[in-house]
Amino acid sequence: MVQQVHFELVSPERLLLSEHVEMVVVPGSEGDFGVLADHAPVLSTIRPGVLAVYHKGQVVERIFIAGGFAEVTETTLTVLAEEAIVVDSLERAEVERRLALAQEALQTADTPVLRTEAENRLAVIEAMLVALQ
Amino acid sequence: MLSLKDLRQRIASVKSTKKITSAMKMVAASKLRRAQEAAESARPYAERMERMLGNLAASLAQQTGAPPLLTGTERDDTHLILPITANRGLCGAFNTAVVRETRRMVADLAGSGKTVKILCVGRKGRDQLRRDHGGLILDTVEDVGGRRVAFAAADTLGQRIVGLFEAGAFDVCTLVFNRFQSAISQVITRQQLIPFPIPEQPDDERRAMALGARALYEYEPSEEDILASIAPRNVTVQIFRALLESMASEQGARMTAMDNATRNASDMIDDLTLTYNRTRQAYITKELIEIISGAEAL
Repeated sequence: MVQQVHFELVSPERLLLSEHVEMVVVPGSEGDFGVLADHAPVLSTIRPGVLAVYHKGQVVERIFIAGGFAEVTETTLTVLAEEAIVVDSLERAEVERRLALAQEALQTADTPVLRTEAENRLAVIEAMLVALQ
Repeated sequence: MLSLKDLRQRIASVKSTKKITSAMKMVAASKLRRAQEAAESARPYAERMERMLGNLAASLAQQTGAPPLLTGTERDDTHLILPITANRGLCGAFNTAVVRETRRMVADLAGSGKTVKILCVGRKGRDQLRRDHGGLILDTVEDVGGRRVAFAAADTLGQRIVGLFEAGAFDVCTLVFNRFQSAISQVITRQQLIPFPIPEQPDDERRAMALGARALYEYEPSEEDILASIAPRNVTVQIFRALLESMASEQGARMTAMDNATRNASDMIDDLTLTYNRTRQAYITKELIEIISGAEAL
């Protein structure tokens, strides 16, 4: 029996997942990292990307994360996601529509604050598109 | 003594008031369920965020260069108060409680020579505070409530407060809101938002364990970078939680208030109907007596 790690995925609105899994690959801002049981404690920020949950060596779930934080202790992995969507439920047309909106917002942004905000949003949506491929 | 016609009109008007209050009660009850669920499901995120930040802050607070959002500006001359109220009334003491607490805080702080600024969240708070503290109110945010509390709204507000803080507009920021306990009880709460209240004594075992493991954490990227992105995020999350709590409290308070109003209306209708029937009977008796004595006189 492979040791399992307790995985919790929380978004601001609610607790999305709380289960025992074999391994989770987290898209850290400094590169992806896999978390197994007895992982060294780590605190990391997350870049927009896909988080993969493994069970018996197979990917059982792929979840898109729009950024956030991950906390690893010996027994648990807690991911605080700003936004989390299961990749299978993403729809290409919808993502492309949001991409167009974000690009438009970037073009009309006239203050530096609005600009960085629009750039961030665009980065998230582009990562979403990559996740779909 | 009211005439029969007056009584009939009074009864009709109380009846229609009762219809309105009982409809409002039912609407509040169904909104309450949703608001309560939202408030409860938002708790895990806020709690974990707080714990994570607490761990980080405890390990970094002694060092210089920690973000002022955590450590403060080393002064507490200017206070910013965020009273969270509803946009609408008819919900019992809900708004008044927040306003009373805010007034007390303003009096305390002003008494010890501090400058106070107020950023009202919700229209009712502004309406009540405007009269005597109008000069202290920076602005009012009204668009946060609505049907359901959106995280985006809390985010906008959070960024605005962080912006004000960085511009040096205040040193300490406190939220005043109703914490939801049950449909009939809401607890008025003050929560210090900036600087982050660092837990000095670990109060439960889990926290103690987390603190024990702290030294072993690896950070990706550096501690400072994580802290710099997590600290403003925490402001938003705590505001979001307070908004959700306040929303649930509002619905609970309104439900109770409207329940009472409906019951009062029922009592009043009973009273008025009794008076109406008595008066009607008195008229009939009087007319009969007139007819009989008229017939006897013949």
